[in-house]
Amino acid sequence: MRFMLLFSRQGKLRLQKWYLATSEKEKKKMVRELMQVVLARKPKMCSFLEWRDLKVVYKRYASLYFCCAIEGQDNELITLELIHRYVELLDKYFGSVCELDIIFNFEKAYFILDEFLMGGEIQDTSKKSVLKAIEQADLLQEEDESPRSVLEEMGLA
Amino acid sequence: MALKMVKGSIDRMFDKNLQDLVRGIRNHKEDEAKYISQCIDEIKQELKQDNIAVKANAVCKLTYLQMLGYDISWAAFNIIEVMSASKFTFKRIGYLAASQCFHEGTDVIMLTTNQIRKDLSSPNQYDTGVALTGLSCFVTPDLARDLANDIMTLMSHTKPYIRKKAVLIMYKVFLKYPESLRPAFPRLKEKLEDPDPGVQSAAVNVICELARRNPKNYLSLAPLFFKLMTSSTNNWVLIKIIKLFGALTPLEPRLGKKLIEPLTNLIHSTSAMSLLYECVNTVISAHLKIPCACKKQYSVSICGKILFCLFSPTVKYLGLLAMSKILKTHPKSVQSHKDLILQCLDDKDESIRLRALDLLYGMVSKKNLMEIVKKLMIHVDKAEGTTYRDELLTKIIDICSQSNYQYITNFEWYISILVELTRLEGTRHGHLIAAQMLDVAIRVKAIRKFAVSQMAMLLDNAHLIASNTQRNGICEVLYAAAWICGEFSEHLEESNQTLEAMLRPKVTTLPGHIQAVYVQNMVKLYASILQQKEQAGEKEAAQEITQLMIDRLPQFVQSADLEVQERASCILQLIKYIQKLQIKEVPVAEEVIALFAGELNPVAPKAQKKVPVPEGLDLDVWINEPPSDSESEDEKPKTIFHDEEQRHSRHRQPEIDEEELARRREVRKQEQANNPFYIKSSPSPQKQYQDTPGVEHIPVVQIDLSVPLKVPGMPMSDQYVKLEEERRHKQKLEKDKKKKKQKKEKRGKHRRHNSLHTESEEDIAPAQHVDIITEEMPENALPSDEDDKDPNDPYKALDIDLDKPLADSEKLPVQRHRNAENLKLPDTETPLVGKKSKKPKKKEKKHKEREREKEKKKEIEKKVTEEGKKVITYDIQGNLQNDSQVTVSVIFENKSTSFLKSMELNVLDSLNAKMLRPEGSSVHDGIPVPFQLPPGISNEAQFVFTLQSIVMAQKLKGTLSFIVKNDDGSTHEKLDFKLHFSCASYLITTPCYSDAFAKLLESGDLHMSSIKLDGISISFQHLLAKICFYHHFSVVERVDSCASMYSRSIQGHHVCLLVKKVSNSVSVDGKCNDSTLLSNLLDEMKETLSKC
Repeated sequence: MRFMLLFSRQGKLRLQKWYLATSEKEKKKMVRELMQVVLARKPKMCSFLEWRDLKVVYKRYASLYFCCAIEGQDNELITLELIHRYVELLDKYFGSVCELDIIFNFEKAYFILDEFLMGGEIQDTSKKSVLKAIEQADLLQEEDESPRSVLEEMGLA
Repeated sequence: MALKMVKGSIDRMFDKNLQDLVRGIRNHKEDEAKYISQCIDEIKQELKQDNIAVKANAVCKLTYLQMLGYDISWAAFNIIEVMSASKFTFKRIGYLAASQCFHEGTDVIMLTTNQIRKDLSSPNQYDTGVALTGLSCFVTPDLARDLANDIMTLMSHTKPYIRKKAVLIMYKVFLKYPESLRPAFPRLKEKLEDPDPGVQSAAVNVICELARRNPKNYLSLAPLFFKLMTSSTNNWVLIKIIKLFGALTPLEPRLGKKLIEPLTNLIHSTSAMSLLYECVNTVISAHLKIPCACKKQYSVSICGKILFCLFSPTVKYLGLLAMSKILKTHPKSVQSHKDLILQCLDDKDESIRLRALDLLYGMVSKKNLMEIVKKLMIHVDKAEGTTYRDELLTKIIDICSQSNYQYITNFEWYISILVELTRLEGTRHGHLIAAQMLDVAIRVKAIRKFAVSQMAMLLDNAHLIASNTQRNGICEVLYAAAWICGEFSEHLEESNQTLEAMLRPKVTTLPGHIQAVYVQNMVKLYASILQQKEQAGEKEAAQEITQLMIDRLPQFVQSADLEVQERASCILQLIKYIQKLQIKEVPVAEEVIALFAGELNPVAPKAQKKVPVPEGLDLDVWINEPPSDSESEDEKPKTIFHDEEQRHSRHRQPEIDEEELARRREVRKQEQANNPFYIKSSPSPQKQYQDTPGVEHIPVVQIDLSVPLKVPGMPMSDQYVKLEEERRHKQKLEKDKKKKKQKKEKRGKHRRHNSLHTESEEDIAPAQHVDIITEEMPENALPSDEDDKDPNDPYKALDIDLDKPLADSEKLPVQRHRNAENLKLPDTETPLVGKKSKKPKKKEKKHKEREREKEKKKEIEKKVTEEGKKVITYDIQGNLQNDSQVTVSVIFENKSTSFLKSMELNVLDSLNAKMLRPEGSSVHDGIPVPFQLPPGISNEAQFVFTLQSIVMAQKLKGTLSFIVKNDDGSTHEKLDFKLHFSCASYLITTPCYSDAFAKLLESGDLHMSSIKLDGISISFQHLLAKICFYHHFSVVERVDSCASMYSRSIQGHHVCLLVKKVSNSVSVDGKCNDSTLLSNLLDEMKETLSKC
């Protein structure tokens, strides 16, 4: 997979993940172009479109479009399933996820994606182990934060 | 200090956190940009604070802004700071930000190497995890090279969580640093059988991705994958494996047979559409190899599934995609769905329409070409939106011109299709149509007459086409039209009229290059008219036409386009001269026409590349020694010319006479004929038909061109379709008659066979004598087709033979130090399973962390003592807190099969450098290493050294003693080593602003010294990176190939450098408070750079 984008129906980008280092300018251009193409498509059309030399697989969940760019020989259907699996993961983690969850906790959305996919390849196919890894990392983060006393925070300890 | 921090913390209470930012942006919908620029200013303030938590918060907010499309590359250095925070919370944010905004062009990326290495070897698996995840997004060739070995070690980490990440990231590393593939592959292969399913699937993923690109190197893994395929129940893994087999089967036909059974099982049993689809795909790609009996069954099942697919709109696309794959092997079974596919052209979804178009391309035959193109033409008229219409146009041309016009039986029809296409407004593909017109007219001799008449008509109606030149690409066809009319003017009937059309004032509004062609070709036309008139004895008419030219040409002489102007004025002079001769009644036509004698032959596009290099000519060798850059200015131009003359005379090709050429050509033809692998450049099937009896009797269609059709002068291709049908019908009848006769003779013995044959397309004879001229190739052309490959394909580099044993030179670069000193370690063979190394106690850990926070930058030097058994790697870190202390982190790795314990490290102190020992111990006591080492495990220990002077490099001798425990008992062993404290290891990368840098240089209390090096071939960028990496400098300013750099020693010496690179020589001027330190540093630098 080359990249993954999440954007709203209004054309606001909610999440972007690039698995091939790309310059900022190029990214912007691609996002804009792709958003235009996808948003122009009607609901009953198929989930695939050929764009530049890539294939774009997208799916709409409520007001959010999940959009992946894959290479020509990749399996389109598994990419759809992958999108679905990610949505399931978000759903489990946030508890019936909505767009606002992703807006306000965008770093969490990234962390979940990072546990699920790495370098554009599926890292773990089991939902359980992905969520477990996230939970433990979160726990570690909380541990980090909790023991800090007010004084320590003030830099006096 | 404390006060400042308190102040920072209080400020922090009023800082926005991420939620506030998001909320703020949502509340400022009207003036979002203003609000955000205000936020960015705040963030910039926050980044200036020392408190890491404030920084992390700022970076987190920046990451959000980055997603909204704001540039945050200016904060790259702060991101690295947050990445190096000890707390996981901050580290996580730092790596996230880095993965979002770093790319190969980010210059600070080289600073991350050591931080990442440190995190990779962190005892906390989540630290390692975030480092791996981040790295996977921004790995560069340099990072890949430096970290490949560390990642490879992680592949055998005890935690599956790390293992699977390490395995996956290896794919990225391979892509960036192909040399790592061979050393890492055996371990990768092991992971295919890892007990953890996640690791296993990661390994399958990586190997499948690799194998898909270069399948032949992975054939030996087929049995292993076969086992996995039959045992795995994980659909994600299965899909990858099946895809891999799809790539392997074409290389190993026997595999196909074996795959039938498991694939059939999967197709029947699975409920997952994606898996089914993948199976079908693989079956299709391996189709040819499946024996006939199964083939039928397969075709049926596949087509059935696909038909089913076509009913559901979402998967329609996939059905069409699969069909295009079947088409390659089973055109018949797809052709029966032609109507369905043509229907898809009406689908409102562009993806589906495009797929359907692709299918058409493969489905055409001689028989249905006209029909299909007719349908497409209707779509062209209906299509909305220029992009799709343009796509249709290119597809029509592609379909018709494919494999050397194989399917076109009637070129008159094709020309009229092309002419019809010129009616399209606003297409970008005018040049495509023009190229086709030129190609057909040049290569199909028989069509020239017709083509010329059509083109003359186009020229006549140029005003229709060129009505709006600005946004209309279609006027390109006039280029072709003018050229064809001029070049083949002998076929033109109404030459005068065409010439007049070309001389119209309106022509001057066309683009320059088209006008130029007009001017050139009107002379050709003029020449042929002149000849006609002279032969007919009509002198006056000839003079009239000359006068016409002289009257009209000046409008081109005034053209703003240089090319047009030049040609026009040349030709005007020529024609004035002709006029003079005409007045004297001298016949001139023969001479004028001689100007354009001879025919232009089409040359194959690859012809130039195929010219063989003559023996003894090396194109890469300098003909003259290049003048050295430093002297180039002084050199006089005279010598250059002199040399050039020499060059010409020396390398002139010997002239080859005609006979020799003919002989060579003959030899080549014979060679080609004998070579079964030589693909003839043009297998034009039409050639065979030249002798077909009866073709001459077929009437060549003549349209009455004076009668305007729909648009004046535009022919209707539909007529041809009808005429062609009639013609074919007639042909068929004739043949049937013949066959009846034959049948009578043969008594129907082969009746069935014959009747089948009547339908075959071979029987459709083309309407014209078609002689497609082959494109010319040079003498002795090399019949290779390798030039089609893209040299920039990133996967090509991974085409590596993996079965060859690993050579020593291929080992992954472990960070090697200059003075690696080893001592033999006695063989210790018997393995012992040991406990994991003890973790350092919590207190110690905390202490260390605090210390690390205070160190601004880590100074890393690596040394390896490798003796097959045990590896010691160390890095030396300057400690900012204490100006005379350095911390040496030593990584011990046990490479033997025995258990190592009771390790003690001792160093012989020098006057200048002493190891910090616990109080009360003598200088001869060693320091115990706080862990034991089971086989294959590595761990890190830190030792602190105190130094008095840092201006000189130091070498300390040391011994590591330890107990080797194996089945035979325990033995006491020793390993000697040397620690090398280079001067660079006392430097701490410190950023410096250019104004501060300038002040420093001006202060005048710095000593100066410089070095110069020649023969450095690496790029300047790379050179700077090396200095930054090995010598801990940071770039202050860079202008072209000149840069100023800065660093500071732990004792506060300022070191300033000016690095210049002129061609291959590098000069480094340094300034420093201490001259000894500077000269030592420069010496070290010289050593590093001379290795480049």
